[in-house]
Amino acid sequence: MTEEVILRVKGLQTYFHTDEGIVKAVDGVSFDLRRGETLGIVGESGSGKSVTNLSIINMIPSPPGRIAGGEVEFMGTDLLKIPVKDLRAIRGNKISMIFQDPMTSLNPYLRISTQMVETIVLHQDLDKKAAKDKAIDMLKLAGIPAPEKRIDQYPHQFSGGMRQRVMIAMALSCNPEILIADEPTSALDVTIQAQILDIIRGLTAQTGTSVILITHSLGVVAGMCDTICVMYAGRIVERGPTGELFEAPKHPYTQGLIKSVPRLDKASGERLFSIRGQPPNVIDLPDCCPFYPRCDKAMDLCKRKYPASKDLGNGHAVSCWLYTEAK
Amino acid sequence: MGKFIIRRFLSLIPTMFVIITFSFFLIRFAPGGPFSGEKNLPEQVIQNMMKKYHMDEPLFTQYIRYFGDVLRWDFGPSFKYKESSVNELIEQCFPVSIMLGSAALVLSVVFGILVGIISALKQNRWQDYLSMSLAVVGISVPLFVIGPVLQLIFAMKLHWLPLTWTSRNTSVTFALLPVITLAFPYFAYIARLSRASILEVLRADYVRTARAKGLSENVVIAKHVLKGALLPVVSYLGPAFAGIITGSLVVESTFAIPGIGRIFVQSALNRDYTLIMAEVIIFSLILVLVNFLVDILYGFLDPRIAYK
Repeated sequence: MTEEVILRVKGLQTYFHTDEGIVKAVDGVSFDLRRGETLGIVGESGSGKSVTNLSIINMIPSPPGRIAGGEVEFMGTDLLKIPVKDLRAIRGNKISMIFQDPMTSLNPYLRISTQMVETIVLHQDLDKKAAKDKAIDMLKLAGIPAPEKRIDQYPHQFSGGMRQRVMIAMALSCNPEILIADEPTSALDVTIQAQILDIIRGLTAQTGTSVILITHSLGVVAGMCDTICVMYAGRIVERGPTGELFEAPKHPYTQGLIKSVPRLDKASGERLFSIRGQPPNVIDLPDCCPFYPRCDKAMDLCKRKYPASKDLGNGHAVSCWLYTEAK
Repeated sequence: MGKFIIRRFLSLIPTMFVIITFSFFLIRFAPGGPFSGEKNLPEQVIQNMMKKYHMDEPLFTQYIRYFGDVLRWDFGPSFKYKESSVNELIEQCFPVSIMLGSAALVLSVVFGILVGIISALKQNRWQDYLSMSLAVVGISVPLFVIGPVLQLIFAMKLHWLPLTWTSRNTSVTFALLPVITLAFPYFAYIARLSRASILEVLRADYVRTARAKGLSENVVIAKHVLKGALLPVVSYLGPAFAGIITGSLVVESTFAIPGIGRIFVQSALNRDYTLIMAEVIIFSLILVLVNFLVDILYGFLDPRIAYK
């Protein structure tokens, strides 16, 4: 990991206009991604993790979605301001994505070779023959046995874990600067999860690719990431280096999340901790701390205003009135 | 794959056997007969006629005899059209219906898919509303309204196209209005079918993957969306083809076309046993053959279908 910031997201706001009102799926998210860094974004379902990352390459389905504000600065250009044509040259090439469900993320009607070659030919100066060789190499790196045979098969001939390997091979085939992995292991068996994470870690470490890993599993981020952002109701409530965040979580939500991880070293028969209540409905959310109804340390101030991010040093920042001085 | 085709083809034989047997007895058991329309015939005349058409034999003997004839592609004499055999009647009328029907099917498939794509890509915009309104008209307005309206506009007011088919007029223009009329409901159905199916595929995960790879929207649509989205249209082709060549009675009457639809209805009204049977056999043969072709085509389009 270097100090060079490759992606800077600043005040990103992505809203969905629905019949019930405006859903602020992402509301003022900011983070930096350094070259070679692995950044984890954790949060519950609906906290805005996936929308944040689809916004980075401007792939929010519109309508109803709309990026209402903010900047996504990738190697000096704001991706939200450039024409779609230039953006396409970045998608799949400089920034590529893998998705949660490998069973549905590959086109069932096309051979793996077709799907991989079209990406490589599109972004690299290679003919089809060379692109196919490259694809075979990538499949081999991703741990697919007999790739020269398997590449001409269709997705349904692969198991879920194998398909996710294909997705990884495809996503990394153009040597991207950033790999966005959206819950890459959530749909897989636990035994396969570790293998897939190993492949992602191994391959990106070799090429110095930065990774944004979206997950709801704290176990996954703990083993993989240099830095962690905790999202809640469309905002990043806490961000910090992995070790520090796990040892000394500041935000009550982060503390709750870490406390609710099942642990082998605890006595069996003990009740598992859970954060009371439900995540808030993000439609027309007022300017308060969205966590206060579930927070044991909530104060009067929490109901009135959202706290600004407080820098605690060493890259650790938190948005909570316990740490922020009210002005 | 080859094995599957042979097995699938052989399964057509029992299907046809059941259809022939079932319709043979069903028609015979229906009340009335080919001669019940004639008035005051002497008993002897009826006896002679029954003898001539072998209808005095036991039903099962007649069935065996008929089945043997069918295997030799001989559908026997018509009970009503005394001058010609059933084979001759069908040879006269069928090519016209096949030609009109095929032209109408091609027209409806091409334009149906095209309009379906446009309205799906322009969902909830004026192009979508316009096409889907046209499709609703096509599905809900009966052919006997569409046909005369087209005649009124293009033949009688504008004089662009001939009003009806005549034996003298052999140019292609005569076929234009009947083909459009015939195609209209099928076009409408295919347009709605492909629109719905494209909209569904557009939301599929693998289409998101294709976009995330940086493919242009045209490539995404042409390469990743259409193949999966048009499968329902392919499976509709079988019944559509059978329907479009049989369901032309109204169009044939409107445009005075000597097609098979007219004699189909007349034969049923006349209890013209041999003619009804011949038509049932030919239509079911077409239906099972087209469905057979669609099944094979499906195998090429959807790799997940394994032929074993």
